[in-house]
Amino acid sequence: MKRSNIIMLIAALLPLGLFFFPLWKITLEAPQYPTPLGMYIHINDFSDVHPHDIKNINLMNHYVGMKYIPEAIPEFKIFPIGIIITTVIGLLIAYKGNYKWFLFWFILMIVLSSAGLYDFYLWEHDYGHDLDPKAIMKFTNPDGSVMGFQPPLFGSKDILNFRAHSYPRLGAFFLGLGIATSFVAYLFGKKQNKIPS
Amino acid sequence: MKTILKSTLALLSVLVAFTSCDNASKSNNSGALSSSAAEKVYVAPGEHDEFYAFISGGFSGQLSVYGLPSGRLFKVIPVFSQDAEKAYGYNEETKPMLNTSHGFVPWDDAHHPDISQTNGVVDGRWVFINGNNTPRIAKIDLSTFETTEIIEVPNSAGNHSSSFVTENSEYVVAGTRFSVPIPQKDMPIKDYKGNFKGSLSFISIDPEHGHMDIKFQLIMPGFDYDLSHPGRGKSHGWFFFTTYNTEEASTLMEVNASQNDKDFIAAVNWKKIEEYVNNGGGTMMPTNYAHNVYDEATHSATSTMKKEVRVVNPLDVPGAVYFLPTPKSPHGCDVDPTGEYIVGNGKLSANLTVHSFTKMLAAIENNKVAGDAYGIPILNFEDVLAGVVEQPGLGPLHTEFDGKGNAYTTFFISSEVVKWKLGTWEVVDRQPCYYSVGHLMIPGGNSQKPWGKYVVAMNKITKDRYLPTGPEVTQSAQLYDISGEKMELLLDFPTIGEPHYAAGCPADLIKPRSKKLFKLEDNKHPYATLIEADAKVVRDGKTVHVYMTTIRSHFAPDNIEGVKVGDKVYFHVTNLEQDYDVPHGVSMIGANTSELLIMPGQTETFLWEPKQVGVWPFYCTDFCSALHQEMQGYVRVSPANANTPLKWSLGEDIE
Repeated sequence: MKRSNIIMLIAALLPLGLFFFPLWKITLEAPQYPTPLGMYIHINDFSDVHPHDIKNINLMNHYVGMKYIPEAIPEFKIFPIGIIITTVIGLLIAYKGNYKWFLFWFILMIVLSSAGLYDFYLWEHDYGHDLDPKAIMKFTNPDGSVMGFQPPLFGSKDILNFRAHSYPRLGAFFLGLGIATSFVAYLFGKKQNKIPS
Repeated sequence: MKTILKSTLALLSVLVAFTSCDNASKSNNSGALSSSAAEKVYVAPGEHDEFYAFISGGFSGQLSVYGLPSGRLFKVIPVFSQDAEKAYGYNEETKPMLNTSHGFVPWDDAHHPDISQTNGVVDGRWVFINGNNTPRIAKIDLSTFETTEIIEVPNSAGNHSSSFVTENSEYVVAGTRFSVPIPQKDMPIKDYKGNFKGSLSFISIDPEHGHMDIKFQLIMPGFDYDLSHPGRGKSHGWFFFTTYNTEEASTLMEVNASQNDKDFIAAVNWKKIEEYVNNGGGTMMPTNYAHNVYDEATHSATSTMKKEVRVVNPLDVPGAVYFLPTPKSPHGCDVDPTGEYIVGNGKLSANLTVHSFTKMLAAIENNKVAGDAYGIPILNFEDVLAGVVEQPGLGPLHTEFDGKGNAYTTFFISSEVVKWKLGTWEVVDRQPCYYSVGHLMIPGGNSQKPWGKYVVAMNKITKDRYLPTGPEVTQSAQLYDISGEKMELLLDFPTIGEPHYAAGCPADLIKPRSKKLFKLEDNKHPYATLIEADAKVVRDGKTVHVYMTTIRSHFAPDNIEGVKVGDKVYFHVTNLEQDYDVPHGVSMIGANTSELLIMPGQTETFLWEPKQVGVWPFYCTDFCSALHQEMQGYVRVSPANANTPLKWSLGEDIE
């Protein structure tokens, strides 16, 4: 097996780390929570950083009319399947393919990941803006528009008395590393291809 | 006229300037002193104290929790008294805790807290404390800071020489202060002598759960057993009890019980008696006493009446009990960390008497017995004496040790703490107390390893130390730094009730084990409602059970109809929160109990007996959230003969 194919094999396997490690973490800090509230986003579920965090985030968020963080959202069914399919494709390419296919897989993964991030953004936007009209507290922005409570997609942001942090976790690094490695495999393959055998 | 006025003004201003100068210099002086003390007790906002101090509430029947060195009060733990703040003794779950053979006794005189030990070192698991008036010993669990067990002590009266714990928490003792007829009977008081008896109870502690059980009672001569301490280290296996009224007087005690030049310290080899008992020794005596246990899973206490107790006649176990003559009406009985020295503070003696454990063993070995009292051998005073601290002060009461070879004794009459050296018996330092000090406490004082950084003196009288509050002023504690050669008074702080004695330990022993909430899935209360959808109201004859839940910021249900005058309505309220420090309260107008304060994940019950027709509100009593004020509901009460259907709701649209 060519070295580039071996690298591609590794690249295809790396995203499976998503099944073992969380993809993302959202943390909410406030003075009255000396231990900040937090939740991990996995490929197929949400989980508490500390016991009962999601329950307490829900309790707090209901004041402004935010929805309860659902036990399951449709994406949690689609994402794992997507990862498995792309991994299988990656493996097939690594087994059979020539280096140009590596580039195809790289682009495919970039597109799918961007779509996933966009979907995540949409979910966050909806979560932060689609508020219960009977909400107990209503806040407006300085310009008069209704205030949203969307957590940041990436980075840190003040939301009322909270500071929200949103950063990728180990699972996302596995995914990113896999994608990057496929590009490396492509470069290797391209180089090897140029050397007349 | 003008000039006179001017010159007067000028003169006045000069005077004022002088006086204010004087004032300024004075306050600067004391300011410099007090600022160094202030720095030593200052715990910055958000920071934690180094030590916990559990200070008894004396006649309040409670135990209060302070931080050292700040002297800040964190909590009052209800033990022997009803406490409306926490519904202790009011709610259905804790009422059984205060059951005794005399019925429901919602008060006691709480005296001596002591923390459990492992290998002679304070372990921070439980605090034990005695109820002096209706003899009881309570156990407080330091993961929840709640009273989880109370055992009544039969054949006892004035449970004073309690509740001290042996060095592996094998036993907590309960020694009777007043001797009484055992078993109790109707007899002339003047026949006290030779007929009344004193019981020393050894209550075993289950090493896993701390459950208490009276293993045996030693039936002793009819003296007053005042205070006690376990041996430790080399004297582990022995227990020492001071006595007074060896005269066995029964009237005008201040005179008649102060005639003998020497009373005794009773030295009890409990290991020997334990062995005797384990081999079937002792006799079971019929009696009646309550054993009350709080179960953390059901959040409920049960009270069981026990019908017999094992009693041991000390004469049946030769070599188990000796009397050490000790001048004069000794009060405190304190054993140093090595276990060698037994300090008997003769409160009417000018000197402090210290016995040597090694010499005591030698005297026993060589059978140097001076006589006996009701068959119990009395050793020679000189044979057991280690040394005397000559004329250290007036009215010695209690001694604690810093673990560095020094002892600290309180003097009630001369109102001071005196530091002296073990072995040389020389006085090193003395500091006044404000005023009339009783016990003192060094964290880990009753152990092989005291943390000798601070001593807390507990005073009976404060007079002018604080702003006046009418005829009743606070009692108080004073904190001294004992890290140097000289003691330094750092802080005064007020206490709850009479600060009788205290126990302390480093915060790090307790903090990591402190419970933050009760897990809902572990809630086994028979009337728990674990999800809001299960909230309901059930009628059973004239009894109505309300299965209620609370969560920020509502009750479920919040509208209840169909309750009638004359019903017994039990509110079983479960707090569905699972967040640290988010209790909810609930109270009902006209309830003859108290509010409930329910911790996250906990269920509590109160009884309401509506007596008037109407629509009556209930509400959350603990400011729980931004919508706390809206956390309320109504119960409709119909006449006794009405047929209003039972119904309940939450958030249904109002037509």
